[in-house]
Amino acid sequence: MTRPGTHPDSGRDGERSQGELERGEVVGARHAPDSSIRTGGSKHPLHIRLFGRNPLGALFSAPYLVFVAIVFAYPLGFAVYMSFFDYFFTAPGAHVNRPFVGLANFVQVFTDPAVMQSFLNVLVFLVINVPLTVVLSIVLASALNSVVHARAFFSVSFYIPYVTASVAVIGVWLFLLNQNGLVNQLLGPLAPDPSWLINPVLAMPTIALFVTWKGLGFYILLFLAALQSVPGELYESAATDGAGKVRQFFSVSVPGVRPATVLVLLLATITGANLFTEPYLLTGGGGPNGASTSPVLLMYQQGIEQGHPGYAAAIGIVLVVFVLIIALLQNRFAGGRE
Amino acid sequence: MMGQPTAIPDQNGTNSAASRPVLRRKRKHRPANSLSRGQTLLRGVVLIIGAFVFLFPFYYMLIGSLQTSPDTTIAGAFPEPGNLTLANYAAINSRIGLLTGLVNSGIFTGGVLLGTVVFGVLAGYALAVLQWRGRDATFALVLLVQVVPFQLLMIPLYVLIARDYGLADNYLGMILPFAISSVAVLIFRQYFMQLPRELFDAARIDGASELRLLWGVALPLVRPALVTALLVTFIGPWNDFLWPFLITKETSMQPLAVSLANYISNVASSAANPFGAILAGACVLAAPVVVVFLFGQRYFISADLGSSVKG
Repeated sequence: MTRPGTHPDSGRDGERSQGELERGEVVGARHAPDSSIRTGGSKHPLHIRLFGRNPLGALFSAPYLVFVAIVFAYPLGFAVYMSFFDYFFTAPGAHVNRPFVGLANFVQVFTDPAVMQSFLNVLVFLVINVPLTVVLSIVLASALNSVVHARAFFSVSFYIPYVTASVAVIGVWLFLLNQNGLVNQLLGPLAPDPSWLINPVLAMPTIALFVTWKGLGFYILLFLAALQSVPGELYESAATDGAGKVRQFFSVSVPGVRPATVLVLLLATITGANLFTEPYLLTGGGGPNGASTSPVLLMYQQGIEQGHPGYAAAIGIVLVVFVLIIALLQNRFAGGRE
Repeated sequence: MMGQPTAIPDQNGTNSAASRPVLRRKRKHRPANSLSRGQTLLRGVVLIIGAFVFLFPFYYMLIGSLQTSPDTTIAGAFPEPGNLTLANYAAINSRIGLLTGLVNSGIFTGGVLLGTVVFGVLAGYALAVLQWRGRDATFALVLLVQVVPFQLLMIPLYVLIARDYGLADNYLGMILPFAISSVAVLIFRQYFMQLPRELFDAARIDGASELRLLWGVALPLVRPALVTALLVTFIGPWNDFLWPFLITKETSMQPLAVSLANYISNVASSAANPFGAILAGACVLAAPVVVVFLFGQRYFISADLGSSVKG
């Protein structure tokens, strides 16, 4: 961004050190305030050393910080606190003793077959949804990136499921995947019996396919943006070296969008772990027989319907640890050096 | 995958057939680095199948919502004059109150949009452009907050907002957890980072204040990005189901997504044509977003800010 030759300050002697400083900050943006203090420590007055060059930044960020404290930090602490208690709802203002139960909620999480089932369901979901999402969105994004005619039409049609409410599209997929629905009519004798969403084996994979269909537009958008930032010269030099389009796709495009791929992996995993609306509506509350229950659906049933928020909070904490482990593994195997 | 050489139809053809595309290529001055014909064809097929898979359910939603009795045969996918009716819309309206639902969705969405844009731009600008102590810590916090899934906070937020603050069945309670989106802060930061630093340095040398820099220099430059962020943020609360579902029990306060979902899970079994009514409700819920999206699609799709800043 800031090239030495084009920097407006670089021509003037007196401003040169300022220009150098700015450039250093752009490159190492994460350490910017430290470096400004270190390099310019003797030159800058005390208030700059204490608050940085633009203390207004703290004011601009204040609403966000307050929001994070109220909506994230405090509830997060509250969730952890709750998970160690036999917490239950009372009328507002009533003071009751909610007994401390130590790790009992967590012990229950790991011994409850329904919870284990829901975590297995998430794994089934992720194994189907995540690779499918990454492959399909990268292929469709690069097809879209090179197309000239009807580009807007294709983009719009890919994004439309993503921008539409889950509840609305669930309505039509319930209709399509019904026992006598259009999908089974088309499949004829190949139609599964019992039908997709009431079949214990197929319920979760069907949800995974539905979520892939629903969210793909967003990931295509991400990959499209990433593809457009891959320098065109790379393709040209690859072509000069004799690489065909397929070779260019695997040798230039795929490595070029690696940061986006890592992001997509992470986002798809988080989406999968947070599944709620789909099992709640598509399979009528995680049926058949819990075959498509998700942890968040269990949290809702336990925490709010049955009034055990402490237990639900414990499920939530275990779920987050589970997602973190998966995300770390993904980052280790797909993230590269960054 | 993207077109094997064997898929090119004219490679095994006769001389005259093979020379035609070469001639055409010469006439159009196509660069050497373009797709072969077979690859272009395959790309087209992939894109058209994709478009069909994505669009068909929406078409089917509309058709299904207009059918007197649900016709699930393949012929039912085409409009049939004798089987068309608006009765499903009247049926769903009498059960869940479409207008109330739309108004509630609108208020919820509007509140979230306002908070997200105003506070998100301020925080994003502070993180991207300004140098202040605590910036790194704040940026780390924005990233950290992404890691915390809403579902972990769902239970404590429900206890706090619905039980302790008494904000159940209240717009404020609906909006509060989404009043500022950390993703939006990151997006705004990214947009502001892409602006050349020289611009800010020059304006500062000219004596512009920081507020003036934000309002007069930075914001106009990222306006397309701002519209994009606005439209993208609009989708979230309009379509959101889980939180408004938890916090609203009174039907008069429920956004349309919640009342329709309740209809799907509870009432549908007792209706004469449940699928027709569900699909009619789905059309009403989907229509505003689809319309906004179609009109604003160039903002959704021109996600690359690069051209607007560099050009």
